Amino acid sequence: MNRMYQEKLKIDWIAVGLWAFLVVFGWLNIYAATYNEEQAAVFDLATFHGKQLLWIAGAAVVAVLLMFTEPRVVSNTSYVIYGVVLALLVVTLFIATVSHGGKSWIDLGFFRLQPSEFAKFATALALSKYMSTIGVEWKQTGTKVVAAAIVLIPMALVFLQHDTGSALVFLAFVLPLFREGLSGVILIVGVAAVALFVLALLVNKYILLGALAVLAAAYLFIWLNKRTSRDWWRVAAVLVCCALFVFSVDFVFNKVLEPHQRERIDVLLGKSEDLQGAGYNVHQSKIAIGSGGVAGKGFLRGTVTKADFVPEQHTDFIFCTVGEEWGWVGCTALVGAYVWLLVHLISMAERQRSRYARFYGYCVASILFVHLFVNVGMVIGLVPVIGIPLPFFSYGGSSLIAFTILLFLFIRQDANKNQLL
Amino acid sequence: MSDKYADRGRVVKAIFIVVGVLFVGRLAMLQLFDPHYRQLADQQALRNVTQYPARGFIYDRHGELLVHNEAVYDLMVIPRMVKELDTAYFCQCLGITVDDFEARMKKARKYSPYSASIFMKQISKEEYAKFENKMFRFKGFYISQRTLRIYDRPIAAQVLGYVGEVDQGDIDRDPYYRQGDYIGKSGLEKSYEEVLRGEKGKKVMHVDVHNREIGPYLGGTLDTLPVEGGNLYTTLDADLQQYAEGLMANKRGCVVALEPSTGEVLAMVSAPCYDPNLLVGRIRGENYLKLNADIAKPMLNRALLGQYPPGSIFKIAQSMVALDLGVISPGTGFVCDKSLVGCHNHPSATCVREAIKMSCNPYFYQVYRRVIQQGKYKSIYKDSQYGLTVWRDYMLRFGFGQRLDIDLPKSGVSRGNIPDTAYYNRWYGKERWAFSTIYSNSIGQGEVTVVPIQMANLAAIVANRGWYITPHVVRAYGPDSTRDARYLEHHETGIRREYFDIAADGMYDVVHVAGGTARRARVEGLDICGKTGTAENYGNDHSVFICFAPKNDPKVAVAVYVENAQGGGGTWAAPIAGLIVEKYLCGEVKRKDVEKMYREVEPCQKLPLTRRVKKKK
Repeated sequence: MNRMYQEKLKIDWIAVGLWAFLVVFGWLNIYAATYNEEQAAVFDLATFHGKQLLWIAGAAVVAVLLMFTEPRVVSNTSYVIYGVVLALLVVTLFIATVSHGGKSWIDLGFFRLQPSEFAKFATALALSKYMSTIGVEWKQTGTKVVAAAIVLIPMALVFLQHDTGSALVFLAFVLPLFREGLSGVILIVGVAAVALFVLALLVNKYILLGALAVLAAAYLFIWLNKRTSRDWWRVAAVLVCCALFVFSVDFVFNKVLEPHQRERIDVLLGKSEDLQGAGYNVHQSKIAIGSGGVAGKGFLRGTVTKADFVPEQHTDFIFCTVGEEWGWVGCTALVGAYVWLLVHLISMAERQRSRYARFYGYCVASILFVHLFVNVGMVIGLVPVIGIPLPFFSYGGSSLIAFTILLFLFIRQDANKNQLL
Repeated sequence: MSDKYADRGRVVKAIFIVVGVLFVGRLAMLQLFDPHYRQLADQQALRNVTQYPARGFIYDRHGELLVHNEAVYDLMVIPRMVKELDTAYFCQCLGITVDDFEARMKKARKYSPYSASIFMKQISKEEYAKFENKMFRFKGFYISQRTLRIYDRPIAAQVLGYVGEVDQGDIDRDPYYRQGDYIGKSGLEKSYEEVLRGEKGKKVMHVDVHNREIGPYLGGTLDTLPVEGGNLYTTLDADLQQYAEGLMANKRGCVVALEPSTGEVLAMVSAPCYDPNLLVGRIRGENYLKLNADIAKPMLNRALLGQYPPGSIFKIAQSMVALDLGVISPGTGFVCDKSLVGCHNHPSATCVREAIKMSCNPYFYQVYRRVIQQGKYKSIYKDSQYGLTVWRDYMLRFGFGQRLDIDLPKSGVSRGNIPDTAYYNRWYGKERWAFSTIYSNSIGQGEVTVVPIQMANLAAIVANRGWYITPHVVRAYGPDSTRDARYLEHHETGIRREYFDIAADGMYDVVHVAGGTARRARVEGLDICGKTGTAENYGNDHSVFICFAPKNDPKVAVAVYVENAQGGGGTWAAPIAGLIVEKYLCGEVKRKDVEKMYREVEPCQKLPLTRRVKKKK
């Protein structure tokens, strides 16, 4: 054991480098988004970019400190951390400061803590711990129930804070579970459900169902053989489920979703073009990005993003600044960096010897992925507006530090992956 | 530990990569293939502020400023930014009613709630001074400076022209103009528009979502400074112009004074005149309607547009043509046979010089017959056709029957009429007319019409003894004092100088010798050479006179045309021309009583205009 302790850390510098690139590039864009000529000072705590500089320093300190922690300690305290965060989430519900229609911030005076940001990695730790417990296998029904509970409890609490975006991030845990045995059907069903939902809103429901029935019949008759003829009842069951789903769409859309969510979906689907109201943000963000062209207008030379046309410019809509000032080349580089990091994290996870570390690696990649997908998707008009930050990039202390902890816990574990926990 | 799901990692990686590619593709759609967004971004975040250059000045021949600019202020409004306005106080400052305020705001809002439009046009310096220091209380309003024309002397309105807002036609014709810009509408303002207007400058301002200016876009590197309009250095003599306008008061008609050696227009008067200051600023619209409705058509420049029968002054050109053709000689005499054409009582002319002096109608009947029927063909019809063609070629060389290429808008210049064979063929049929049909032309009546500028040019041709330079109003323009090559070129009539000496002698006699028709044009000490004309028409005769002086070193050539005067050329036009020559050559008119008389007397009948001018408009 001592020998293992003294083993030299093999830090994965690719992951660290990508993290650094995202943080620095992010800061440059926050600086550009909030820049004005009178207050051009780089370090000024009255400005967002000045504060972000402080958070970046804090995040770097946290990252270095994490390198000196013993992964086993973290692993062993997973449930404790999970418990503490759950408690914080509950407390938040009662004493939260209301901001942007959600109540997810605890005002600590100098700093506004957002426990939901920490709930992600706490859940990741707890779920990893549980899934790596000896004897726990996905096949067992009990495992499924407990795993679902571990994810759904914090998700529900975050949802109660009216932070739909952060709640949706918990869906990310489907991917690590998929790796551990969760049926792939669930992914297909998920994608199909989204597609059906959209189609149900856009197309007449009876025509949609008729088309589905024709498809089903075609499946049965064109590939008619022993197997398909045995499958007819399954196809019929799927069809019935689809029908039920399609008819429930109206109900969900009108009764479950809140008005602003309905509007955002309408805008995305092009059913409403309220450029001054619900559609304003996305319209402006598309203008900002679209006007960037191939190579962008140049650093600090954006016209749309520098004139408050896009709200939440430095937080959720930070990607606009990249689009306007750095153009398609910059956007591609940024998306490329993210995808590289995600793919690299999966590779790292696969080389772990412990199931705990592997599962946790998948969690990290998946959480980052959902953030990337929802945030960039929203800004470029592929996903309805859901306010969640772009990891390492958006302005915000809680989110930057929480994401840094999330990532560096894994980098630390990877650094001596040969150590068995 | 068995791991049968190990290859699911690839599925997850594939999902990540597919989403990444999807994003990059979508970004390409937005950024590479849709220029629409760039336009939208520029539209909302950049504001082009036009910087108007001052319009060029106009000077007279002695460097006196005729036209310059005065600053006025347009009150602009951005309706969305109007906040906490004390409407009553605001209206009081501007001197408008609250209803008026509402109407103006409504109009501005209709144009655009977010961008600036004109709330009130052309506020004078004095009015602006009253509320300048209160502007800070009127959020959403700001002042934009423009310039208006100002004329220190109320003269030469028709020559200078006026400036007005562009219409859609101007905008379509020249993309330089934007709605609300000003453009020269007539006169020099129109013909030298491109010199006078200068070049607009542009400031690109970066504005934020609230339409506040953040600063110059890209540090002002896209901005351009306005280029001041170029000046016009005209050939007009302001004193002479004003004097001539004074003499033409209460009359209808026109005066043109040229410098024969250069073709420069010294004065160009079209009466009735009007004060050019009437067509400036906020009073313009109302005054324009009034002037336009006036039956005397004060806005027409009769000197260029009027097509009048020239009357007897035409005899000078006729005699030159006949002499050059050799159909008469300087010593040819004709009996004053009143059976051919009417005449006044005088002894028969024994030579060309005498014929001019006495303006004998039968004499020029005979002269013109010899020009038209030269006996080249047996058929008088064919002979007349030939003669008319030859005659017309000569007349064109005098600048008649064609649009003189003066530097004023072409649409305001008439050709006059020197009929050709096609003209008579159309009227009478081919070979159905001969000299006897067209003889009225011989004495400047009939089908011949001449524009006053051409009459003055005729005087200049005699003064120069056979050539002219196209009359023009601007000697040089712009920062480099550019000169127009068109106005340096001599146009020769091709007629021998001796013949013009005869004409000059005859014209001298007209004024100075007993039996001459224009003794009233005589000025002590000046050898003015002139020719009267009395043009018959529907109303009273028009009174015409052309002259030049001094005889052997001509400095000035003048044509005066008084419409429907009760009396001949000698009665009205000649004395007015005499006064103008005296004013120009001596600087001062000594005959104050004569001057006073012609200023005050009103010869014109209250008649509608002559038919031809009326038809033109």
